[in-house]
Amino acid sequence: MSLLLLRSGRVYDPSRRLDRTADVLVDDKSGKILAIGKGLKNVKGAQVVDCKGLLVCPGFIDIHVHFREPGATAKETIATGAASAVHGGFTSVVTMPNTDPPLDNGAAIAYQYLQGAKAGKARVYPMGCITKGRAGQELASLGLLARAGAVAFTDDGAAVPSSFIMRMAMEYSASLGKVIVEHCEDHDLSNGAIMHEGKVSAALGINGYPSAAEELIVARDIRLAKLANARFHVSHISAKGSVALVRQAKARNVAVTAEVAPHHLLLTDECCRGFDANFKMNPPLREESDVEACIEGLIDGTIDCFASDHAPHTTEEKSNEFTEAPNGVIGLETNIGVLLAKLVQTKRLTLKRFVQAWTSAPAKVLGLPGGSLQVDGPADITVIDLNQEWTVDPEKFVSKARNCPFKGWALKGAPVYTVVAGKLFEAIGKTMK
Amino acid sequence: MAWTRKHLLDLESLSASELLEILDTAASFKEVSTRSVKKVPALRGRVVVTLFFESSTRTSNSFQLAAQRLSADVLHFTSEGSSVSKGETLIDTAKNIEAMGVDAFVIRHSAPGAPHLLAQHTDCSVVNAGDGCHEHPTQGLLDIFTIREHFLTNAKGAAKKRAPEKTLEGLTVSILGDIRHSRVARSNAHGLRKLGARVILAGPPTLVPPAMGKALDVEVSHDIDAVVEQSDALNCLRIQFERKAGRFFPGVREYAAIYGLNPERMKRAKPHAIIMHPGPINRGIELTPELADGTQSVILRQVTNGMAVRMAVLYLCVGAGKGKPAAKAAV
Repeated sequence: MSLLLLRSGRVYDPSRRLDRTADVLVDDKSGKILAIGKGLKNVKGAQVVDCKGLLVCPGFIDIHVHFREPGATAKETIATGAASAVHGGFTSVVTMPNTDPPLDNGAAIAYQYLQGAKAGKARVYPMGCITKGRAGQELASLGLLARAGAVAFTDDGAAVPSSFIMRMAMEYSASLGKVIVEHCEDHDLSNGAIMHEGKVSAALGINGYPSAAEELIVARDIRLAKLANARFHVSHISAKGSVALVRQAKARNVAVTAEVAPHHLLLTDECCRGFDANFKMNPPLREESDVEACIEGLIDGTIDCFASDHAPHTTEEKSNEFTEAPNGVIGLETNIGVLLAKLVQTKRLTLKRFVQAWTSAPAKVLGLPGGSLQVDGPADITVIDLNQEWTVDPEKFVSKARNCPFKGWALKGAPVYTVVAGKLFEAIGKTMK
Repeated sequence: MAWTRKHLLDLESLSASELLEILDTAASFKEVSTRSVKKVPALRGRVVVTLFFESSTRTSNSFQLAAQRLSADVLHFTSEGSSVSKGETLIDTAKNIEAMGVDAFVIRHSAPGAPHLLAQHTDCSVVNAGDGCHEHPTQGLLDIFTIREHFLTNAKGAAKKRAPEKTLEGLTVSILGDIRHSRVARSNAHGLRKLGARVILAGPPTLVPPAMGKALDVEVSHDIDAVVEQSDALNCLRIQFERKAGRFFPGVREYAAIYGLNPERMKRAKPHAIIMHPGPINRGIELTPELADGTQSVILRQVTNGMAVRMAVLYLCVGAGKGKPAAKAAV
């Protein structure tokens, strides 16, 4: 057993109304927090990390990442993804099942856990598919997936087109106590379009799709969740109208939750004007009013939490024509920095809401362990230096991928240590120095 | 002013004076095509590659002939389909050709922004010959050249009062038809607005989305009769059935009746109004044959002017005599 003592940090956990200077003692055998308090005794032999002036938070949780394994391991593997997570300050991640083959059976889920354990970095929790092969035709073995440890179900990358299948999935998953997570897009309306439909798509001559394509499925699934008495989670919400729909549904006590990605809070479709595929993702970057609505939704709790939609691709793939390049951007190593600098330091968002939306809120959405700091709880901790100034340089990332839309951004605030089950890792704020 | 650009990627990024530089250079090259020996040595020893990833006859022919009239060596490369389906990226394809020792790429591609991408990865000049539904700058230029030539020679007095950057002020140019899928409309709109013309985009609402009016700072109308009455130039665009435009309106017969240009409708037009079309024409749909071949049509003049405009663009972007008066090199 080896002890780790985080000495004299600002221990900060909004979920437990904790905000004081204290030591945190953890051990990597039990993987638990042993003590939180001022001037802790009985710490002989412990590795001491000076956290004076640093923020000591519950481990950050990213409930939407793509690690591409099995399948496209040139983009990312579970090992490189999990390493990228701890480098970015994340102790737990939830992997999407749109791998090749997709995670639509128990063995595939078991494989994810195995690779996650082997990597020994961030905790890796896989989601299972809603439908067999993500084909949208028949239900995947939801019960067996749950038994193997799938934390929720999604066909992410695409919506389930059939309302009937979605109803069945919701009714079935409700009995398993699992959440249905939907990539909300009416594919008939979006019709293969690759960016937001608006002024910019009109100018560029690129086929865009309207926000209504997202809103239609958000509205449908809210109705179905009510019908099935199920829990429904909106992935990567991006449109103003979707935020309004979720707000209304919550007011009517429908069990709906939502997440938003940093790029949908900080960027608009104007970024696409240079035809740089590092601004191409789905849902696409939308307009200023959508960004504002997402920030508002985050502030008032309509949107429960952040999630990166970390979607690694090779530089070769992203160097193709804008229309040909695959969708998605990475986020694990910039999530904390960009939001701190652009939303918290600018006073749009409180530090409290920021930390909560990366910790207790996502844990609650999917019923994951962690998300708070308490004795005997998991020793998952994220340590942040709110004052560190740094510049985003994708070449310094641990992820295999470099498809980052925040390249060159000057930031203030970075994760410096990540502790997973009592094990200490240096985060990007530390390794950049 | 001196032309300093190496590439012609779009008209959106050009200034009014850069547009005029091309148009004036084209005017001096136009005479070359009327000679018995239709050749000048401006690009002798230079290699121009026409890199066509989308089928085209007139644009590629026009560019090849333009390059040859400037005495360049021309290599024509065609490949259907996207880089992904071919298994070789656009950049790899271009780099391989570049390694053979070439000076310029004239690229036609189905992906918007493909020329911009290529320009970032090559030392050669890049001329956009049409990128998806984005822009077709030389078509825009030859349309504007034709309008300017027509109205400035026919109404010299009025023209003289205008500042050069506002050379088209007072003219209303309407672009009719499948605007949504049209790179020609986008290039025309950018260029015409910079030179002071009033621009109306007209057609069915599904093919002329209001967002395009905002995006291009032009007017949008769905009432063709009203548009015809106000216009000095009517530029009819083809329905791009190859881009599935047929899904955007009820049918060809309805289209021709409500949005097509026919002699009956042309009775409303100003007597001096001209009819343009970038071709190829869907005869009887967006434009009736009588009008296409009639006295108000300048369609073949557009094709002739296209040669001069493309010579000017290649000369300015690739030519050794960058910034020198074109007339000197054209001698």
